[in-house]
Amino acid sequence: MLSRIAESLFWIGRYLERAEDTCRIVEVHLQLLLDDPSVDQDDAALTLLAVMGAPSLEAADTTEVLRLLSYDPTSPCSIAAALGGAREAARRARETVSIEMWEAINTTWNSVKGGRLQRMRPASAFRHVRERCAVISGTADQTMSHDEGWLFLALGRSIERVDMTARLISTAHITAGTQSSWNNVLRGCGAHHAFVRSYGGVTTDTDAAEFVLLDRLFPRSVVHSLAAAEAALAELNLASGRRAGYEDESTRLLGTARSALEYRAPGRILEDLPARMTELQRTCNQASEAITERYFSSSAAASWSGGN
Amino acid sequence: MSLLFRDYAGTPKAFDEVVGAEGVRVAYGSVLRQLGKLDGEEVRARAEYLKSTYLDQGVTFDIGGEERPFPLDIVPRVLLSSEWAEVEDGVAQRVRALEAFLADVYGEGRAFRDGVIPRRVVVTSPHYHRVVAGLHPANGVRCHVAGIDLIRDEVGRFRVLEDNVRVPSGVSYVMTNRRAMFSALPEVTSRHRIRPVEGYPLQLLAALRAAAPSGVPDPTVVVLTPGVFNSAYFEHALLARMMGVELVEGRDLVCHSGRVSIRTTHGLRPVHVIYRRVDDEFLDPAQFRSDSVLGCAGLLTAARAGNVTIANAIGNGVADDKLVYTYVPDLIRYYLGEEPLLASVDTWRLEDPAHREEVLDRLAELVLKPVDGSGGKGIVIGPKATVKQLDALRARILKDPRGWIAQPVVQLSTVPTMIDGQMAPRHVDLRPFAVNSGSDVYVLPGGLTRVALPEGELIVNSSQGGGSKDTWVLARDAVRGKRRRRRGRDVVASVPLVDLGEEKVAHQQAQQQQQTRVGGGSC
Repeated sequence: MLSRIAESLFWIGRYLERAEDTCRIVEVHLQLLLDDPSVDQDDAALTLLAVMGAPSLEAADTTEVLRLLSYDPTSPCSIAAALGGAREAARRARETVSIEMWEAINTTWNSVKGGRLQRMRPASAFRHVRERCAVISGTADQTMSHDEGWLFLALGRSIERVDMTARLISTAHITAGTQSSWNNVLRGCGAHHAFVRSYGGVTTDTDAAEFVLLDRLFPRSVVHSLAAAEAALAELNLASGRRAGYEDESTRLLGTARSALEYRAPGRILEDLPARMTELQRTCNQASEAITERYFSSSAAASWSGGN
Repeated sequence: MSLLFRDYAGTPKAFDEVVGAEGVRVAYGSVLRQLGKLDGEEVRARAEYLKSTYLDQGVTFDIGGEERPFPLDIVPRVLLSSEWAEVEDGVAQRVRALEAFLADVYGEGRAFRDGVIPRRVVVTSPHYHRVVAGLHPANGVRCHVAGIDLIRDEVGRFRVLEDNVRVPSGVSYVMTNRRAMFSALPEVTSRHRIRPVEGYPLQLLAALRAAAPSGVPDPTVVVLTPGVFNSAYFEHALLARMMGVELVEGRDLVCHSGRVSIRTTHGLRPVHVIYRRVDDEFLDPAQFRSDSVLGCAGLLTAARAGNVTIANAIGNGVADDKLVYTYVPDLIRYYLGEEPLLASVDTWRLEDPAHREEVLDRLAELVLKPVDGSGGKGIVIGPKATVKQLDALRARILKDPRGWIAQPVVQLSTVPTMIDGQMAPRHVDLRPFAVNSGSDVYVLPGGLTRVALPEGELIVNSSQGGGSKDTWVLARDAVRGKRRRRRGRDVVASVPLVDLGEEKVAHQQAQQQQQTRVGGGSC
């Protein structure tokens, strides 16, 4: 398939996941302020913005968080910008994505653009975006052939999910030690129900961290997402047919990250967590660059330079 | 007739396609009857639906970076099969003549020698490209796709307004309009036998494949678009998707040693036919505009070497130059030995001194058109122009007579159109699309009816605030009757999807309850 289209699909996957996860993270943040009056609102806002990669500010509050992370389309880490990015990428790959998927993305964009997201109450805005993202990814999975194009979409989605889950876990650090902090992480992943069903009612922080990071069956856990990305890469690489090791840089990066998590001694899961989450985000970046280099780089700008 | 149409009367000067002196015309009888079964509010609601569905589907065109939906009116434009037969034959004839003319212009030049058209007229056209002289397309076709603009004059006769054999656009709306109308007005559409339009992409693909360089059994066809900011990007994407081919931009193409490839995730892949939607001047920076990044350097060399076919061919613009237009009836007689089936609009050639003098005298009553304008750009309608505008026009004509033609003001026919919830007459034109496969000219039944939405406006164009109508060509047996049921024959046995007898339902329920009791502990 065209390199340019493959790149568009990869980014549709990333942007949609980013929109959805940003929703979840901001929701968790707002919940945290409600649950725990001891949290300093402005500190928490600054930490969250730093974790989400927003440009550093002197001071911030909840209003600022909502603007920068939700509805301001000019803020690169906002939900509105992510949905706009997905829509633009889909428009460029319009003959490749299914009609139904394009319509799902386009109507979503129409429903949030021009300040519409800001006019909704935050709670309904988040629910709206989460539901729309679920509709889009469900439509993609059910109406696109699971061929190369879809694999790039799934790859983008998985890598972004690892990255965003790592950021979500980093935010737990804001209220480290409080009872609600890991509960909020679980809720942010939509994992609370699954976690309680798997571990029962009496649990520890280690259990929660184990679930979000290592659970092999829960689709939003870090290990599950890393494995999904590796599986997509393996299918894209089918032709390589090597007997030993992995030639592909992105596969190596993601596989190494997954092993490092999975083979860590069970009791030490909470150690150095913030630093390891930052490292995980860096790995996602590098893997993304390696994928770009390998599959999309031939889509670089035109090589003709005019001779007048 | 529906209340909506009760007060409807056409405009006095123009031919109204729905209502004539005799009342409702034959083509529309059943359509209005069916529409009349819906009350006005309902029709208005359906019109609203048409509006929102195009926004959701992203059926848009781009003006200056802003995407706008292309308004689709609720009242279709209906043509009888007899009316269509005339258009179909006339359009096909015109395309055959233009093909012969282009082959001649870039080949022998017989028509110049035989005095049918002065060589000067052709070589002074801004769209004449000497660089493609002597380039013979693989199967001889240069106009793979043509859009011939027609209007109906005051007596309802079709006349050719202009030919488009460069990159005619609009066919995507023909297909989306039909689908939208089927969902908006199922009661009306289902009662008519309307000739289908969805065969177009396959006709186009077949023609493009037939044009591939010889010796390529399974050619790779691509659609080349300038990109998402082009006004017709929606159309480019739709055609690529429906043909199942890649939609590429200039940066996806690479030319090397006389061949063209696309950059894919598995490296370079050769391309054989490029259905380009990029203008000549931007196609190949090595030959034309060196600042263009929309095309690919070396494309023309590859085409010359016979390794790739560019559709439509480079240099076709000479055939839709408005001055050449005035010679087309003669070209039809010359190349085909036939009389033109479709009339042209009377036209004055301003480079002819006698014509020029007459036109300059009557400037205030004529339409003046620049010969290489498209999309209604630069047109001056005499009766609507101010004295100052006419003076400026006079000066421009005297400076560049080759650049202008003049025509009488033709009152385009009207069709009722929903304006602010009411039916009002609006002027329409028609662009039928033809595809030439080399062995056959296929004319898509219907084409794009464009409607000028401002009252009295005679320039019908999307970039001038126009809309469109679904164009129905009725099959001979136009209205669907109820099929008579025959007993004992043609009966298809029908088996319910899931056979749930009462007993089974009871059993299933019991099972489910059982399960709940057994596994219910953890809930």
